[in-house]
Amino acid sequence: MRVIAAMSGGVDSAVAAARAAEAGHDVTGIHLALSRNPASYRSGARGCCTIEDANDARRAADVIGIPFYVWDLSERFHEDVVEDFMDEYAAGRTPNPCLRCNEKIKFAAVLDRALGLGFDAVATGHYAQLRTGADGLVEMHRSVDHGKDQSYVLGVLDQEQLRHSLFPLGDSTKTAVRAEAAARGLLVADKPDSHDICFVADGDNAGWLREKLGDRAPNQGGAVVDESGAVVGTHTGTYAFTIGQRRGLRLGRPAPDGKPRFVLDIEPVSGTVTVGPRERLAVDRLTGIRPRWCGAAPTRLAGPGVTVQLRAHGDEHRAVVTATDSPDGPVVEVELLDPAYGIAPGQAAVIYDGTRVVGSATISATARVSAVQR
Amino acid sequence: MNDPTTVYLDHAATTPMVPAAVEAMTAHLLEVGNPSSLHASGRRARRIVEESRETIAQALDCRPGEVVFTSGGTEADNLALKGVYWARRTAAPRRTRILTTAIEHHAVLDPLHWLARAEGAEVERLPVDGHGRLDVNALRRSVERDPGSVALISVMWANNEVGTLQPVDEVVAIAAEHGIPVHTDAVQAIGAVPVAFARSGVDALTLTGHKVGGPFGVGALVVRRELAVTPLVHGGGQERDIRSGTIDTPAIAGFAAAVELAVKQQAEHAARVSALRDDLVRRVIEVVPDAHLHGAPLSPGATGRLPGNAHLGFPGCEGDSLLMLLDARGIECSTGSACSAGVPQPSHVLLAMGCDDEQARHSLRFSLGHASTAADVDAVVEAIGPVVERARAARR
Repeated sequence: MRVIAAMSGGVDSAVAAARAAEAGHDVTGIHLALSRNPASYRSGARGCCTIEDANDARRAADVIGIPFYVWDLSERFHEDVVEDFMDEYAAGRTPNPCLRCNEKIKFAAVLDRALGLGFDAVATGHYAQLRTGADGLVEMHRSVDHGKDQSYVLGVLDQEQLRHSLFPLGDSTKTAVRAEAAARGLLVADKPDSHDICFVADGDNAGWLREKLGDRAPNQGGAVVDESGAVVGTHTGTYAFTIGQRRGLRLGRPAPDGKPRFVLDIEPVSGTVTVGPRERLAVDRLTGIRPRWCGAAPTRLAGPGVTVQLRAHGDEHRAVVTATDSPDGPVVEVELLDPAYGIAPGQAAVIYDGTRVVGSATISATARVSAVQR
Repeated sequence: MNDPTTVYLDHAATTPMVPAAVEAMTAHLLEVGNPSSLHASGRRARRIVEESRETIAQALDCRPGEVVFTSGGTEADNLALKGVYWARRTAAPRRTRILTTAIEHHAVLDPLHWLARAEGAEVERLPVDGHGRLDVNALRRSVERDPGSVALISVMWANNEVGTLQPVDEVVAIAAEHGIPVHTDAVQAIGAVPVAFARSGVDALTLTGHKVGGPFGVGALVVRRELAVTPLVHGGGQERDIRSGTIDTPAIAGFAAAVELAVKQQAEHAARVSALRDDLVRRVIEVVPDAHLHGAPLSPGATGRLPGNAHLGFPGCEGDSLLMLLDARGIECSTGSACSAGVPQPSHVLLAMGCDDEQARHSLRFSLGHASTAADVDAVVEAIGPVVERARAARR
């Protein structure tokens, strides 16, 4: 196959590209230029960015012995990922931009361009496994390295995207990948893992949003109230909060019961943030919209293996999942067998059957029906 | 060695070294001797450097003492712009304006950007016409608005992207009326078109080795003895105190051999290469009828553009896709001047010529040179149809 290897400049995508080449594929490495960061130190004359990562990726491609190019996806990335991220936070939701990037950029814009240019697949360094099922469909499963498993952020890929994807690292542990990188002479072998959102350079989401949203912020501050409506503090913008957040609330005095308080609700229009005790975060009903199915769309999923995962590297929650249609489009109802805490609208619910990813949906509403066990 | 199956059409980026330059350079690699040393070995090295200087002076119509060796074109441009700006402003503090074109190489634009940011320079990037040629009237108006405040004028001899020759003689005429020094980046012009320093009337001229069949890492600023230049690099006082640093004897020997040969063969080279280039443009447009040439038009005996430059627009394609697809077929060209990070930006040259972002992104530069053959042209003509079709499919 002719394969495009998306190379971030990190160790995983470098080893993935090397493995794809070694497997006999005709591999071309690309680095995605995603940022048009105006703080780039050359901003005055020319907007070159992510120079070090691009150079690391280029060096890895040299060592592997494959051609290498930079593809400028900065406009698409800004429109489809960064703008969406800002809009979602402004609306009081908590998006996951990595899923969005996989859905809209890596396995859409990049894949489309690759297919147009005569390539057959896109390979990445994600930790997830692809297998062909008995029905001939490509199935995506969790990585053998449960700690590194990234099937959650790939839960937005449909069958067509999966058929043109390669995840050469899915059968390996991170430790083995690092060792292999060193053995292959890839200098990125000991480069630290990236965790933060790539376009928020210093990891300060709230500060970044404050700066970027500017006039688009739904409010510049408001009241922090408890469940009775009593004002217990103030804040400088609802977009800085996420449901379930405990740190950084800066409430002057402790709660009457002395227990820590958490963000329960965010109301961007009135600018109100509601806080309360942890048990009030418990939810066991989720409504999801914009479902994406890896294979055929299911109607009802139940059984011992059916779980949903609600955040990257989060717990698996046993669940019963029902997919229906509504006038506004397809809807997924998730019934959690045990409550989950701190679940925010905007997050993705990724649905598994055993290790297999069934699909995903974006959480639009949460509720609590059953009494909470404590 | 170069891969014989590669079709190399990126001579504006760098050229293969000519055998005469390789011989001249390698002949001195094993010889000891710092040209600044006083003993016999030093004298021998110095003699090689000075003979090289004289060779270059003869080829370029300047005096040997006007040749200041540098590490290449970028350093020579920086030296000319910063060195002349500082010296002229020191002599008269109100000389803070620097006039240039909107289509200069980054080796000129970036130092000027820095001078504007850090040194109080007012940089005016003057417009060009649709062919990429400086609007001389705009320059005249800009000069005459306040001639006494102009520190220097910098106008390239020939543009590196679209190959358009600039009206250096007219620039010199305007500058001469007011005693303003003129610098020109002639990196692309040496060996391609006639370049004579003294006759041109410019005060400083940049050239570099690797664009004319010489080695990397060596170039020169030719600068009139009368023009004060504040040094960028201080140290041992080499090169008339303008550019300190131990002199690279072998590289300079190779550089001089390449310049001598390129200038000697210029007319013959230009005739041969422009015929190949004309053939390439004509046949590519036959295969891809909506492809079009950017820059000065081709015409018999055309004097408006570099002989080896074919800068073509392919509507509906990404230049990056075309480059990659041609590269996969062993055909090497460029989308414009290379960016260090490889992040494609729409070319400032094409934008200045009035292209929109879209037009700026669908372009490719083929640059022919001394190593180019008719077989190279045939290879492009054969590949371009399917490649353009593929690149268009990738956009849909």
